[in-house]
Amino acid sequence: MSLSRAEVEKVSLLGRLQLSPAELDLMTTQLGAIVGYVEQLNELNTDGIEPMAHAVPTSNVFRDDVVRPSADRAEILSNAPHADGEFYLVPAVLGE
Amino acid sequence: MALYQKTATELLGLLSSGQVTSEELTRAYAERIANIDKQVGAYLRVDVDGALEQARVIDARRKRGEKLGLLAGLPVAVKDLLTARGDLATCASRMLENYRATYDSTVVAKLRAADAVLLGRTNMDEFAMGGSTENSAFQKTRNPWDLERTPGGSSGGAAACVAADEACLSIGTDTGGSIRQPAALCGVTGLKPTYGSVSRYGLIAFASSLDQAGPLARTAEDAALLLEAIAGHDPQDATSINAPVPQYSQTVREPLKGLTLGLVREHFAAGLESETEAAVREAIKVYESLGARVKEVSFPHAKYGVAVYYIIAPCEASSNLARYDGIHYGRRTDEAKVAAELDAERKELLAAGKKREAETLDTSLVRLYRKSRAEGFGPEVKRRIMLGTYALSSGYYDAYYLKALKVRRLIRQDYDAAFQQGIDLIAGPCTAGPAFKLGEKVDDPLAMYLVDLYTVSANLAGVGGISIPCGFSKTGLPIGLQLQAPPLEEDKLLRAAHMFQTATDWHTRRPALA
Repeated sequence: MSLSRAEVEKVSLLGRLQLSPAELDLMTTQLGAIVGYVEQLNELNTDGIEPMAHAVPTSNVFRDDVVRPSADRAEILSNAPHADGEFYLVPAVLGE
Repeated sequence: MALYQKTATELLGLLSSGQVTSEELTRAYAERIANIDKQVGAYLRVDVDGALEQARVIDARRKRGEKLGLLAGLPVAVKDLLTARGDLATCASRMLENYRATYDSTVVAKLRAADAVLLGRTNMDEFAMGGSTENSAFQKTRNPWDLERTPGGSSGGAAACVAADEACLSIGTDTGGSIRQPAALCGVTGLKPTYGSVSRYGLIAFASSLDQAGPLARTAEDAALLLEAIAGHDPQDATSINAPVPQYSQTVREPLKGLTLGLVREHFAAGLESETEAAVREAIKVYESLGARVKEVSFPHAKYGVAVYYIIAPCEASSNLARYDGIHYGRRTDEAKVAAELDAERKELLAAGKKREAETLDTSLVRLYRKSRAEGFGPEVKRRIMLGTYALSSGYYDAYYLKALKVRRLIRQDYDAAFQQGIDLIAGPCTAGPAFKLGEKVDDPLAMYLVDLYTVSANLAGVGGISIPCGFSKTGLPIGLQLQAPPLEEDKLLRAAHMFQTATDWHTRRPALA
């Protein structure tokens, strides 16, 4: 199955990527080829096969609920592109 | 033989007997890197002053007779996606160009605890996505055996620095072959451990159910040493296996008696280059001469490995890389330009009478995300985010992701069946052919994905694998033999690799760099 350019454009919004018209064209062709390749999996009957999400089956790894120091705010915020020493700063979200 | 040409095991002897200091050794590598790395491009950053400082501290402690760690005084190179507190961790991406880690990854913490000297950070494909290191946003790494060719990837810098004698120990990561494939193409020894045996805490995530860090070195003995230093249970990684770490460095010299190797019929089919096949078959004969038995087995699902991988890995990547939002850390686009751009688009749409489109235009925040990510990520990373987002999107989840998870189990069952039949190790080619030319596959993503054909299954199944040099092409390029073992049997991989290296000298060959 091939992908339409409109589908690729929609996925670029879902994936939070801004793609140029040329990138959308190229991505449509390339994703189409890759999706076409992976569709060979449909040759296999997988009825009744348990999906395998992890190589090592583990579940509910608990630790004791002990208070530990967390990361230092100033140090963490030093990596932020835009912060005021206390908060991350973002463009206005409400009122648009 | 120059100091930097010796193995880590030899150097440890010289260090502990006091014939060499860590400072001298670190200086020797720093000089070697200064002389050679302009050609190879293995390192993104080398911290000579910092490394010398660490070395002097270890030398002083040794002088005082303190008990030192397993790697005391040995310089180690680290792939630039494992965090080290206070140091950059770029993942070879513009997105993280200025990101300074605020904590040590467990691998780095263990290296420090083992008294290793952190020498520098190696180049890689951006976010470990690629098979040639050409996806690095910063520089090309060249294969030391032929500077026109790729070192492989994604741990291309990690493999090339060992091949070029710019480090004797090097840490890489392997999500679909990213340690073993560059090890094969650069003629060094590279081991991907069983999933969960080395902590992923501080390993900047690509595909969390597949990523594993592991050692690259010149010999199996050296790889055993490095693996022993970095392996072990870590409460900070919930997928870490709670089992004691075997003393690989002690057992590696014990030959395996009654070894049975399994040859996967499907690995010797169409696509395998004849020179590579000949070298691998010759290596199998070496094992037979050492007493091993060889059995042919079938992995009926082997050919689906790449398809399964290129669904699962991008799905996990699209989710993992959602954290790069231009807000918490990493690259952020110019905010003023976002507002101006949206204003202009809105006016244009309204002027054209497209009221509905104008109303559904991105918000400033969404456009900030989209532009920051568009500027920060390179083409391959974008491609994988798109692929994963598509495969996980509404209506396609069952057809792609769930289907791939089911076939993943079938691939694991192929391994289980072979190991239950009395096969100790799977032996075969690591790659279809030797190193390809730089630029050869960059315009064809699918062709690049297929270089992972023989390596992805180990990640999907979660088993360990090692690549060791087993010959050279007529044009002088290294060829790798891959061995794979049941979960947590790295000791067998290392012992089998060491047996081979005592009977052959492929691993001692050096590229002619000047």
